Amino acid sequence: MYDFEYHRAGSVEEAVERLGASPEAKILAGGMTLLPTMKLRLAQPETLVDLGGLTELRGVSGGDPVVIGAMTTHGEVAASAEVAGSIPALAGLAGGIGDAQVRNRGTLGGSLANSDPAADYPAAVLGLDATIRTNRRSLPAEQYFRGLFETALEPDEIIVSVSFPKPARAGYAKFANPASRYAVVGVFVAETARGLRVAVTGAGACVFRLAEMEAALSRDFSPQSLDGIEVPADELNEDLHASAEYRAHLVGVLARRAVAAARG
Amino acid sequence: MHSVEFELNGQPVSVEVEARTLLVEALRDRLRKTGTHVGCDTSQCGACVVHLDGRSVKSCTLLAVQADGRRVTTIEGVGDGELHPLQAAFREHHGLQCGYCTPGMIMSALDLLQTNPDPDEAEIRAWLEGNLCRCTGYHGIVRAVRAAAAEMRERS
Repeated sequence: MYDFEYHRAGSVEEAVERLGASPEAKILAGGMTLLPTMKLRLAQPETLVDLGGLTELRGVSGGDPVVIGAMTTHGEVAASAEVAGSIPALAGLAGGIGDAQVRNRGTLGGSLANSDPAADYPAAVLGLDATIRTNRRSLPAEQYFRGLFETALEPDEIIVSVSFPKPARAGYAKFANPASRYAVVGVFVAETARGLRVAVTGAGACVFRLAEMEAALSRDFSPQSLDGIEVPADELNEDLHASAEYRAHLVGVLARRAVAAARG
Repeated sequence: MHSVEFELNGQPVSVEVEARTLLVEALRDRLRKTGTHVGCDTSQCGACVVHLDGRSVKSCTLLAVQADGRRVTTIEGVGDGELHPLQAAFREHHGLQCGYCTPGMIMSALDLLQTNPDPDEAEIRAWLEGNLCRCTGYHGIVRAVRAAAAEMRERS
């Protein structure tokens, strides 16, 4: 990889200042995407601002909502008694990301800031109607995800934590790429205070909801209630892993599995 | 250049590195801890797994500067003068053929056994998902981890 300036931030304020001072600066969180991307020379930041020393961005608190610091690793979320007690589907999702070593480094904030179309966390954030808190504002999930690797974050904005309201019940099911464990398709289903939500990752440019499935599941929260609902393949991703039609099919299959998981 | 200081296998070390120097490069090329291998260099194969503050990480996907002030353990640091029960079990149960993946397998398995002293076969296989053995000797590896787990439970 090309060389760069490295700074370990001592505070969120200092990190924001560093980012503001250099238009080509990038934040280093867990580095599980950024460092491989830099090795391939697909990214060439002139400065990295490492958030690894900011313990205030790390940890889980509360039962409803569950508030998770941006630098909390997937492994910590998967092993958290608070998360398992309040939103077991979220703990399960975190425990299915990548492999054990990726989960020991990769972070919630890093995953959301990168917004990979095949990442798992966006499905939980949108499905659970979570709120993303940054150094300057609170963003509802609905306003956060904008498109392919595109979010509402400004270049010098840093995710501090994510607040997940406790759902009545929730489930997540994914069809994992066998090599990377990224979601070819993943579906998160949740009964929340603001209604039934179905969020799909892996299938489109970014995570999205399916109104027709939400309406059907509001009437009857059972896998059978999704029978007959066709998911159009028109705008879905197509790559060497799966065709758009196959992904459309997987959305239906995984939504049923997610509902079954939520029903326990 | 950055001056990086950390604890390596219980000893304080200091090394001058570029910002882009990977932890595995610093360990192998500068600190001569060549037990940690580079297999794929793309965070997939797990040959480079070491412990950072006691948890397993892929040292090809970590900058040496990120280890500053932390605690790093490599395969050279697990034995304490004699073979660690995991090393002994890999030898006893045919857990290695060419041996290239072995240090990473052992460092990864050691992380598992720290939190789950009695994993079943499925748990071991799931945990070792990020460690690839090109000899495909997984049966022996899983047997070795189970045997080591039993030995470690007995000793504790």
